[in-house]
Amino acid sequence: MNPIPNLSRRKFLTRISAAGSALLLGGCDRLSQSPTFRDFLNMAEGATQKLQRLALSSRSLAREYTEADLSANFKANGSTNIDDEAYKAHVRESFANWRLKIDGLVERPAELSLEELRRLPARAQITRHDCVEGWSAIGKWKGAQLSQLLQTVGLKPKARYLVLHCADSFGLGAPYYESIDLIDAFHPQTILAYEMNDAALAVPHGAPIRLRVERQLGYKQAKYIMRIDVVSTFAMIGSGRGGFWEDRGYEWYAGI
Amino acid sequence: MDAQGSDANGKRVDGGEFVYRHTLLVRATHWVNVLCLLILLMSGLQIFNAHPKLYFGNRSDPEQEVLAIRAVQEPDGTVTGQTTIGNLSFDTTGVLGLSKGEGGELESRGFPSWLTLPSYRDLSTGRRWHFFFAWLFVLNGLLYLGYSLWSGHLRRDLVPTGPQLKHIGHDIVEHVKLRFPKGEESKRYNVLQKLAYLAVVLLLLPLVILSGLTMSPGLNAAFPFMLDFFGGRQSARTIHFLCATGIVLFVIVHVAMVLLSGVWNNLRSMITGHYRIEPAE
Repeated sequence: MNPIPNLSRRKFLTRISAAGSALLLGGCDRLSQSPTFRDFLNMAEGATQKLQRLALSSRSLAREYTEADLSANFKANGSTNIDDEAYKAHVRESFANWRLKIDGLVERPAELSLEELRRLPARAQITRHDCVEGWSAIGKWKGAQLSQLLQTVGLKPKARYLVLHCADSFGLGAPYYESIDLIDAFHPQTILAYEMNDAALAVPHGAPIRLRVERQLGYKQAKYIMRIDVVSTFAMIGSGRGGFWEDRGYEWYAGI
Repeated sequence: MDAQGSDANGKRVDGGEFVYRHTLLVRATHWVNVLCLLILLMSGLQIFNAHPKLYFGNRSDPEQEVLAIRAVQEPDGTVTGQTTIGNLSFDTTGVLGLSKGEGGELESRGFPSWLTLPSYRDLSTGRRWHFFFAWLFVLNGLLYLGYSLWSGHLRRDLVPTGPQLKHIGHDIVEHVKLRFPKGEESKRYNVLQKLAYLAVVLLLLPLVILSGLTMSPGLNAAFPFMLDFFGGRQSARTIHFLCATGIVLFVIVHVAMVLLSGVWNNLRSMITGHYRIEPAE
């Protein structure tokens, strides 16, 4: 009952697997674009975030390196120059008239100059920056501890997230923004960095200040911060996913 | 399939004896694993393509790549795909570095579109697929390992016996000649099979998971010793890639063995559990 010669069996198998993989590939591309299926895949993000939060105490630190480990050439990624007149004026004035605005769900909204930020309790740290693309660079950062600043302005009871609004528009004029929760905002290594490698933060790296939230990927490290808005939800901002890249499909929780 | 005889002691049908070879749990976790590994490989190559270079240590310093796949423009204007491993460069136009995209036009990309998920360039979606199926893969693996330890599958079916190890030389020769065990001997895994499965289950798969987790900045803060174990985040990324390569090589050999040693019998046994024993000559 087995008259099929081996050759045709092989052919049959080859054809089956070729057809199978074509179906699979096309099917997977279609699935990738289906909003329902994307929501299904996104369930993994919640599981990852919950498990990482369990494994991480709110104070466990990202590894700190030594001066010998610094990258000779720390790649500046994303926006590296800003074509905005107001921002260009700040650069010309060495940010003398720049102010960081903190408002939203805070008791005492504030506007701080770079000088005032520098007078806040600072932290310096040599840490690894991991881009979502896969590369890593090590830099030395110094800046005001965000927790100190938040204690100064005082959070209202409904405060849950900090939304960082930035001066740069990426590509088609969409403003860059990011958001973090209070666990990360009060983490000791979370700083508003105004120095990199012992020099004032340069424009390609986000002058005058960028966020360092060391237990997450590079796109959370917002550059060119102009305003911190304390909110109870970020659903009304941008496309509602909590950040420029989040609105484009990346995870809000970027611990992996 | 009961008509074909199914009890554990075997029953003669069609001149052969059937044994119940794979339990339901082993079969189910095997096929979930097939799905997971396929999706993890293809979405992993999508993620790799965002930065198609590998390094050792903690940093990704330019010029320090151990592997780099790129498109290079020659002085005469032609573009080629080049793969560099250490100091050796290969022209891999059409497959690595430069290959046809969706529209049929040559484009600069690490691995070709027919190997990535999605087929077009989309890092965030590749990550979504990868992390979802990584969860499924880990849970499936834990279920398999837990069951194998509890049921004795690991000890009974996968750990080679002393006599088996003694005759490993003979087994290698027989494998090279593509002669596979028959009769009583084919009721259990042969020694090469056992060693290969053990190496994959206890070494390669755990390593691919741990090296993957070591790329997470969050878990680096929770478990800093993992960074030291792998020698840095970029080393972990390289080891993750090497483990994936190892799994692909295993699957190639595994599928070849399935095809060569009786494809329908093997497939049936991994679907229904029943494996036909060919009488020894």
